[in-house]
Amino acid sequence: MAKKIGLEGSLAISEAVKLSNTDVVAAYPITPQTHIVESLAEMVANGELDAEYVPVESEHSAMSVCLGSSATGARTFTATASQGLELMHEVLYVASSMRLPIVMAVANRALSAPLSVWGDHSDVMAVRDVGWIQVFAENAQEAHDLVLWAFRVGEDPDALLPVMLNIDGFNLSHVTEPVLLNEQADVDKFLPVNRYPLPLHPDKPVTMGAFGPPFIYTEAKKAQEVAFSKSKDVIMKGWDEFEQVFGRKYSPIETYKTDDAETLLLTMGSLSETASLAVDNMRDQGKKVGLLRIRLWRPFPFTELRKAVANTKVLVVLDRCLSIGGPGGPVASEIRSALYDQEKRPKVVSLIGGLGGRDVTPTDFEYMVNRGVEIAEKGSDAEYEMIGVRE
Amino acid sequence: MTQEFIKFGKREITMDEPFAPGHRGCIGCGEALAVRLAMKALGRDVVIANATGCIEIISSPLPDTSWQVPWIHTLFENTAAVASGVESGLKVLQRKGRIPQKHVDIVAIGGDGATADIGIQALSGALERGHDFIYLCFDNEAYMNTGIQRSSATPYGASTTTAPAGKTSIGQQTQKKNMPAIAVAHGIPYVATASPSFPFDMMEKVKKAADVEGPAYVHILSVCDTGWRTPTNLSVTIGRLAVQTGIFPLYEVENGVYKLNVDKDLKPVADYLKKQGRFRHLSDDEIQKIQDRVTEEYAKLKAKVAG
Ligand SMILES: Cc1ncc(C[n+]2csc(CCOP(=O)(O)OP(=O)(O)O)c2C)c(N)n1
Ligand code: SF4
Ligand SMILES: [Mg+2]
Repeated sequence: MAKKIGLEGSLAISEAVKLSNTDVVAAYPITPQTHIVESLAEMVANGELDAEYVPVESEHSAMSVCLGSSATGARTFTATASQGLELMHEVLYVASSMRLPIVMAVANRALSAPLSVWGDHSDVMAVRDVGWIQVFAENAQEAHDLVLWAFRVGEDPDALLPVMLNIDGFNLSHVTEPVLLNEQADVDKFLPVNRYPLPLHPDKPVTMGAFGPPFIYTEAKKAQEVAFSKSKDVIMKGWDEFEQVFGRKYSPIETYKTDDAETLLLTMGSLSETASLAVDNMRDQGKKVGLLRIRLWRPFPFTELRKAVANTKVLVVLDRCLSIGGPGGPVASEIRSALYDQEKRPKVVSLIGGLGGRDVTPTDFEYMVNRGVEIAEKGSDAEYEMIGVRE
Repeated sequence: MTQEFIKFGKREITMDEPFAPGHRGCIGCGEALAVRLAMKALGRDVVIANATGCIEIISSPLPDTSWQVPWIHTLFENTAAVASGVESGLKVLQRKGRIPQKHVDIVAIGGDGATADIGIQALSGALERGHDFIYLCFDNEAYMNTGIQRSSATPYGASTTTAPAGKTSIGQQTQKKNMPAIAVAHGIPYVATASPSFPFDMMEKVKKAADVEGPAYVHILSVCDTGWRTPTNLSVTIGRLAVQTGIFPLYEVENGVYKLNVDKDLKPVADYLKKQGRFRHLSDDEIQKIQDRVTEEYAKLKAKVAG
């Protein structure tokens, strides 16, 4: 039987990295991610995890080490946040385009300036298009489970894609929660040994990362795009098999009291636990309010989203990221375009909040619902509104 | 002549070409020659990590490849880090018995820009961490792949497209960065300079670099006839003159001990400079300045050799 213990979000991740028998860890410190790579260092130093631990001199090199080790067929993990993720930016594209199944945890954090070590989603929203599978965990249990799933999916010969696991900085990375620690035997059942099809080795030479002249670049990108779209099947199969082995069910979108809801809140990450309290409150007041949480951010779950909002009048999207001068928060604008061609669709209201570690309380969520309905009814000149700003 | 070489040459040098003919390098490319010789020295039990630059571009247009050995290119500035990853991956997989037990040389290769400028941080990190790998810098003294822009390895007085000679400038106004000294400062077991114009010396050094345990760094001056504006048939000659004038001395540093490999009376630097379009604008005074500096630097090196 799996045991339930109190575990910080970061350690829930590193325990899963250990259970995955990870071969190479590239590590560079940055708050609020650092507990993950610190605890992995300890595991390697104590002989609990037989891995090469590469303490690199930057995040650019962390991801570059990951490219090299993943290309040899070694199971490869790293973690970062914020400035570190942006420093990796160009390397992230290479990882996905070269089909290297690296797994990376991102403890989401705001971007400078001003410097802020506290949480929001600005870092990950800047890497939406890098071609990685991207998921958001809500709690430590989910973070623990999704690491195993990430290796399982990324390394599947039908996927061969890197996977980014987002957890909210501090709210999740530094909070201790009860976690059912998975059993090694179950993990071994669920997660086969990595068999990368064309590893770098002199016994069978391969050329990786050749340059693409115009006559072939488009085709190379098309091939990548097709593989990425098809990864949805692998993702779903991964969650099905996860449920069979571990008994917990995961899906691209979570719904809470949505069935008869006229207004839906939409969040990503750990805030949805807070939002659900607001939903309960408003339900008690007789308001038909529900909650959606996107777990699978890339590939974007179009079908599931459209189905989930089909009977809703107002969809209030909370973005923890500002797209200055753009058409709304990044999540809200994607949802608007995902719904634009639907005959029946809710009004989408884009609200921005929870930036740089600003708390978002149940009361804030109630305000958002009310404000969202108001904007939907009366209209607004602005594409989006920032909430909770002190005048 | 060719027949004679095949008869006698193969006693000295393998006929195997891990870097296959048919690449897209310019006629007379000294860098391609250097890579070819380095690969002959290394053999086939290698993994190459290549930085963006001329070598990568001339050897890998999809769907063709010049590489008969495993090869990976990712970006411009991260090659030493990629090599660190390859080394770590193969090491742990061998330890866990998932791949055959066999010695594989991990070789990072990059130009002077990839090495001395944009990639110096990744290189320093990899040298400091002590990965068992070889770093070969193919130094053609500018960013050639993007059209002859200056790098920190461009020598004083050379005209490049971003440090052009003009009425108020002699071109490059800074002295060439001493990359081998920077490598030595990391306390790694083996550092050497080499030139394909001294092929046996160069191949010996590449082999030595492969044989030492831990990081090794070899800095190879590679004539670029296109960027240096020199006749295509003189690349080997000019490479030789760089050594014979003392501009690019051939030496090695084994565990901190310096050894000069070619030490004859130096020819005047003018013999080297005057053959190249990139130095054509230099006055006799400027050439004298360069001569003085070379004499001084050479003396410093000899002092290190004397210990
Ligand atoms: C981050 C980044 N900046 C700039 C470039 C453009 N770039 C590609 S190759 C190159 C020059 C390469 O010079 P060097 O390393 O000396 O190699 P060479 O081509 O001279 O052999 C440059 C500037 C790039 N690919 N990536
Ligand atoms: S530009 Fe110079 S280094 Fe590049 S291929 Fe041509 S000769 Fe070789
Ligand atoms: Mg160069």
